[in-house]
This record gives sequence, structure tokens and C-alpha cells, in this order.
Amino acid sequence: MRRSGLAGQYLAIAAFAAVYLLIGWLVHNSYYQLIMTLVLIWATVGVAWNVLSGYSGMISFGHAAFFGLGGYTMTIAFVQFDITPWIGIPLGVLVGMLAGIVIGLPTFRLRGHYFALSMLAYPLAMLYVFEWMGFQEVSLPMKREAPALYLQFNDPRAYMALALVLLVVCMIVSLHVERSRFGMSLTAIKQNEPAASAAGINPLRWKMLALIVSAGMAAAVGGLYAVVLLVVTPQTMFGALVSAQALIIPMFGGIGVFWGPVIGAAVLVPLAETLNAQLGNILPGIQGVVYGVAIILITLLAPEGIYWSIRDRFTSRRAARVPAPSTAGAVAIPAAAPPQQFGHPAADGEALLSLDGISRAFGGLRAVDDVTLSIKAGTIHGIIGPNGAGKTTLFNVINGFLLADTGSIAFAGTELVGRKPHEICRHGIGRTFQVVRAFPRMTVLENVIVGAYVGTASNVEAERFAMAALERVGMADEQAQAIAGGLTTKQLRLMELARALAPRPRLLLLDETLAGLAHDALEDIVQIIRQVNRDGVTVVIIEHTMQAMMKLADHFSVLDHGKLIASGPPASVVKDAVVIEAYLGRKWMERAKDPVA
Amino acid sequence: METLKWPIIDFFQALSTGLLVGGTYGLMCVGLGIIFGVMRVVNFAQGDFMMVGMYVAYYLVTGFGILAFLGPYAGPVVGAALAGPIVFALGWLLHRFLISRVTGARVVSAEAEGHYMQIIMTLGVALVLSNGGLILFGSQPLSVQTPLSRESWEIGPIFLNQARSVAFVLAAAFAAGLYLFLTRSDLGKTMRAAADNPIAAAYMGINVDRLHRFAFGLGVGITAIAGGLIASSQSFQPYIGFDFVIVMYAGVVLGGMGSILGAFWGGLTIGLVQQMSTLILPYQLQNTAIFVVFLLIIFFRPQGMFGRVSERP
Repeated sequence: MRRSGLAGQYLAIAAFAAVYLLIGWLVHNSYYQLIMTLVLIWATVGVAWNVLSGYSGMISFGHAAFFGLGGYTMTIAFVQFDITPWIGIPLGVLVGMLAGIVIGLPTFRLRGHYFALSMLAYPLAMLYVFEWMGFQEVSLPMKREAPALYLQFNDPRAYMALALVLLVVCMIVSLHVERSRFGMSLTAIKQNEPAASAAGINPLRWKMLALIVSAGMAAAVGGLYAVVLLVVTPQTMFGALVSAQALIIPMFGGIGVFWGPVIGAAVLVPLAETLNAQLGNILPGIQGVVYGVAIILITLLAPEGIYWSIRDRFTSRRAARVPAPSTAGAVAIPAAAPPQQFGHPAADGEALLSLDGISRAFGGLRAVDDVTLSIKAGTIHGIIGPNGAGKTTLFNVINGFLLADTGSIAFAGTELVGRKPHEICRHGIGRTFQVVRAFPRMTVLENVIVGAYVGTASNVEAERFAMAALERVGMADEQAQAIAGGLTTKQLRLMELARALAPRPRLLLLDETLAGLAHDALEDIVQIIRQVNRDGVTVVIIEHTMQAMMKLADHFSVLDHGKLIASGPPASVVKDAVVIEAYLGRKWMERAKDPVA
Repeated sequence: METLKWPIIDFFQALSTGLLVGGTYGLMCVGLGIIFGVMRVVNFAQGDFMMVGMYVAYYLVTGFGILAFLGPYAGPVVGAALAGPIVFALGWLLHRFLISRVTGARVVSAEAEGHYMQIIMTLGVALVLSNGGLILFGSQPLSVQTPLSRESWEIGPIFLNQARSVAFVLAAAFAAGLYLFLTRSDLGKTMRAAADNPIAAAYMGINVDRLHRFAFGLGVGITAIAGGLIASSQSFQPYIGFDFVIVMYAGVVLGGMGSILGAFWGGLTIGLVQQMSTLILPYQLQNTAIFVVFLLIIFFRPQGMFGRVSERP
């Protein structure tokens, strides 16, 4: 994910703008000048779309809504109130952003195809409303006396320059989104939303912000488009083809990077426009066919767009080598930062987390059934039980993925039931997952930095926290720069542990962190968990490997069919007849007669 | 007395027209419902396959007049029915060469991203079909002319357009036949098994890919028949698909995504909503009314009114 520095990107944008302006100034054919302006306009629409859909992964099929509102606001202000586009376009931006809020609040509750379909419905509904209101075809009045004031230039190159300025502004905004906590949070949401929210990121907040920025950009360029065309119709502003172009141009050029839409527009717009000019009379729908074929080809051949295909081709040889895991037992733990203090401090031995009568059912299945349990500060608390006993469900209830049907959870004096996962993370509870939830296309360090956003104000500070967490798990070496998608199981587990540790939690929920590991790796991680615990972090761990658990845990709780059937010191719990019957089995009883290895 | 009577007549007129229109919408939705139910694919191009069905019916009946020998009454019906197999073949081919590349058992279990690639692929197909339609057929609005189009049966003060009434009866018959096929025949049962659990179906020796291809062809073919039936009472042009895609999804979501019978009732309800909206809203806003209802359903009852609780947003 890491690309060249900020200064390099600024230089690249400046060079692009200068070359484009130079070529544009040398072109004298007004038709080519128009095409060059349209390339910039559609590139900007693509950049706008990319800010929401490219970074966050929530694909919008309805960006024409914002584009059209921007265009119509400017036009209506101009025609009916004689307001110059210099004010009309910013007005349109405000309207677009407002629409972003109104549309986003309900629509972000939806996922997948429901989100896609409802986004499609907004501009189509607006189209009919604007037709009904009598805005079938609205022309801008001629203002020859003051061309600069009303943006009515004789020289088409003036429009090109304006469009270029708007595109460059949007590219710079995009660049800063990409490089900031904003962009990193969106990328984390895109790659694994549950993991992001468990790491303290508020998905709704960042998505809303992205939609507002994106809608504002789309509205601005919609206004400019209307100025260039001098006439608006519901079809050109709200039509399905507008929404389709907003999506196809960045998908074709490259998704999730602001150069993508620029590349996409530079290829597709001239192609579609030229074909339309040459063949438009005999083949009236040729433009739409070009975009349709382009998106079909790109989904088949390069699903992430041209930019990434080219980039992968250039970098694949260099990046192929993932740094090897460091040699065994790298448990270099410096004096770690003390855990953050939220609520009342809990001294060792006092209850840090208290569950009182927690139940959660799925339909008729009582996955967690009236569990009352208290986790003492400073301990390592093991949760065992057969598959389907409700262990992971219990974690999901504690960290806010699932809402408890009944009961309450107190964490250092704060009630957790009803809070969202990111809030619970902020209160000092970190967790890992049974199946590791990484952000697969980020580096190890970036994965952990996302976790470190909680409780840090600056990116530098977040990186420092992340490095400290990586040090605690022994990955603060070349492994930190490896891409998460290529890690071994052990590295993934450690990385996830570091991500959970980065915000310096007081309580860690570890879900089968030791599962599927070879003996050596298991030993290493057990040592790390011990050390983390000695540094003052209370640990609750779900695990099936009884030998490791016997060594690790101070306290066992046993779940069966959602019910807590035993809780106490390990030595007494494993002798409990009910536990042996439900979980451990006869063989255990025979082995238990020998001293535990 | 007279002043009170008219709104009531208007109401019943809208109600009956809504039912008649809704019948064909119901059949249309069944087509989409099969595709979604079996493949879990959101097909944006569904409306455009319907558009192709309309043009097939038009060219068979009016344009080339191949079916003229069947007479003015049977001709349009046979034309609409023939649109089914022709569009089935088109859908089968598109699935074989394009859509299967981004769907199938491999994608069914995938999360949001897998779905998006399918939606985007079908968006491309929709653009090519609608604009290709513009190139082939022109932008002139057309309709299938039958003597029934302008005739009405009068029941008291209520007028029932004859073409619409015939379309309603046929649509209901097709939907019923399809329901029997899906619940009684082996192939239909296999399809429902693959819909419930494609991975288990694959382990049971069912060729899921081939089944999906058949379901896709069947789904678009059914919708094309509905399009052919509508074509005799409504004018159309190549861009009509995008409007109908929302109409269809509204019906399918209302009926509960994945439920075939629910899709029919959902489509019927949408037809009613569309016609009843003209009682209080201007005529041009009837599609906006559908979009609003669609959004309301998605927000407040995404599992639908008739379906089981299996799909969540």
C-alpha cells in the first residue's frame, strides 16, 4: 500500500497539470479542446466516486444524484436568481453534501447488493421529480457583457483550465485522504470491517465523512459540467449512464487510488466521444456500448483496473520475497508502555470484567445461556468447552458484535451492553479472532497502526505505539514491512495480537490464538502472552489445547451448550466430573492420573 | 352524491388496473426471483433482457409479421411466449461466456466483494444491451399492435383493457406453471436444493455451474415473456430496462429475496402501488412512488413481506 512520498505525489500532480495545460494550449481545434475538458470533468467525477467507493469498498451506483444536484442547483440559481456560477457551484456543493448526509444515514445500514440497489434508486427518483417540476431542458442565459463573472468564455481553453483546477484540487484532497488516518481507516473497513471496528474504528463515521467529501466533489463537477454544456436535462445530469460512468471510469483506471480515474477518463472519454462523433449518426448508442464493453473487459481481465495491473507487473519481482519469520523465541519485551486507564482502576484480584446473567439466542438456539462470570484483574482466564458451546458468541457479546438478549456486563465500572465494538475497544478491550482477521493488503506495520489510532492524536504517535506493540510480539524487524496476505499462521496470529495490543488495552480477548500452531510456535506465543500478562494486561483466552492451557491459565471457566458448568482453578476444574463428561472425556481422566506434562 | 361517487370509481379503476398490470409485473419478478434465489446474483441487466423480449415480440408480431397468420388475437400471445426461448438462449450464452466467470459455487460463499464483481459485470451487460438495442432498434417508441389494445370490457363503470386482461391471465398461468415445475419436477427440485446450499449440492453430484446457467436462462426468459405481454399495452424504447430493474427489485425484495411465490405477490403489489399512486400523485411520479416504496421496504423490512427470514442486508 505504501507509495512514494507526499512531495513526490505533489510533483507528479504538478507535472501532469503542466503537461496537460501545455498540450491543451497548443490544440486549436475547438472540438478536441472540448474533449480535453470532458476528460478532466469525468476524471473528477471518478475521483469523487473513488473517495467513497474506492477507499471504503461501498460501491455506489448512484453518484449521478450528487452530480445532478450540483448541476441543477447552479443552473436554477443562475436562471431564476441571476446568481453567478462562482457562487452557484459552491451552493451546489453544499446541497450535494447535504444530500450525502440525508442519503448516507439510512443507506449505510445496508450491505452488499441492498446498498448497491438503493444507491441506484436515488438518482432515478430525482430524475422523475426534476422532470415533473418542469426542468426538462434548462438553458443558461447568455451573459456576453461579463464573461468572466458568469463563466461564459469565448475561448474553450478557459473551461479546460477551470476543469483542470477543479481536478487538481480534488486530486490533492484525495491524496491527503489516502495518506491520513481517514484513508487508512477506510481501507481497513474495506478489507475487513469487523476487524476494523474491533480495533476501535467507527465505520459509520468514516463512511459518512467519505460520502460527504465525495458528494461535494461530484456536485462541484456537476455544476461545472452544466456551465460547459450551457444546458441541463434530467437525463444528462441524473441519468443511469452518468452513474455508470462515475463507476466505470475509476474501475477501469484503477480503484482505490486517485490516479485511477485520471487514467480511466483519459482512455475512455476520448474513445467514446470520438466514436460518437464519427458513428453517432448510424450507431446512436455507441458511447454506452463503449462503457459497457470496457467494464466487462476490465472485470474479466484486470478486476482492479489498469493502474494496479501495471503496477503489480512492475513491482511483483521486487515484492515477491516476503521476509522470513524471525528465528524462534524472539521474546524481546522492553519496558512496555503501561496500559491506559479508563474508568476506575482495578487492582489485581478485583473483578475487572463482570458478566451478570448474559444470554444470547439465535432463533431457538440459546448460544449463551444465563452466564454469570467475573474476570479478575491481572489474571489469565481460560475458557474451554466443546465446539458450539458458545465461547466465541460470548466474546462477540462482550466486544459488542452481538447484543445480549438479557444481562449486563460491567467493565471497570462501565456498562458495556449496548455499546458498539469500536467504543468497547476504546474502553480498553482488545480482541483477536478464531480465524485471523487481517487487513490482507496492508503491511504488518499498517495493520497494527490501524489498531493504534485509538488513543493517539498524530500519525507519528500511532506509528510509535504500533512499533512498541510489534516489539512486544517480536515482529519489530523486517517482518513489519511484509504484506499481511503472505504471512504464516504464526505471524498472522502475532500480528493480530500486536494490533490488539497497540491501543494498550487493559483486557485482551484471545479467541483460539494457539490453534493450528506447531509445538515451537505455540511455545513462543505462550511466552508472549505470559509476558503481556505480567506487564499488567488481563487476558481471557479460548483454547482447545489443554496442555498449553494448563500451563497458561490461572482460572478456568467451562461452557457447555451455552451454560457455564464450572469455574475455578484449573487443577480443580479438570477433575470436575461434569466437565470430564461434557468436554474432556474419559481419556483425559486416565491421563490426568499422571502428572500433567 | 355525484361528487362523492367519482373518487370511489377512480379508486376501483386504479385498483383493477393495478391488479392487471401487477400480474405481468409479478411474472417479471418471478424471473428475477429465480436468478437471485438460485444464484444469489444481483442481475442489473434483467430489465434489458425484458426489453429484448419486448422487441422480439414486436418483430415477430408487427415488424416482420411472421406470426400474422395466427390472426390478431393469438399472434401477440404466441409472440410473447416465443420471446421466452429466444431470450433464454441469449441469457444462456451470456452466462456461459461472461457471467459464469464471476459467479458460481466459488463466489456464492464470498462476502460483499464477490457480489460486487457480479453486479458490475451485469451492469456492463445492461449498458451493452440497452445501447446495442438503441443501435439495432432505434429510439422510436414502439408497441405491439393488437385489436385488443384499444378495446375494454366494461364492468359497471370500470374499464378493463382487454390486452392487459389477457396479459394478466397468461402471466398468472405462466407463473403457476413455473411454480409447479419448481416444486414438482426433478429439475426444479434440484434447482431449489442448489439454491438452499450450493456447496452441499455440489457434493451431492449436482453440476452447480450448469444448473446456474439454466436458472439464469430461465429467469431472463420468464421476464422476457412478461415483457412481451406488456408490449401490447405499453410503448417501449431501448432504455426502458433501467426503470423496470427497480420495479422488479422492488417486487422481489417485497416478496422476500429467494422466494418464488413471494416474488409474484411482490410484483403484483408493486403494480398496485404504481397505479394507486396516480390517485394522489401526478402521473409522472408513479415511478418515483415505486422507488420510495422500494427504499422503505429495504430499510424497514429487508426480509420482505412474504419470504422467510434468511437474507439480511
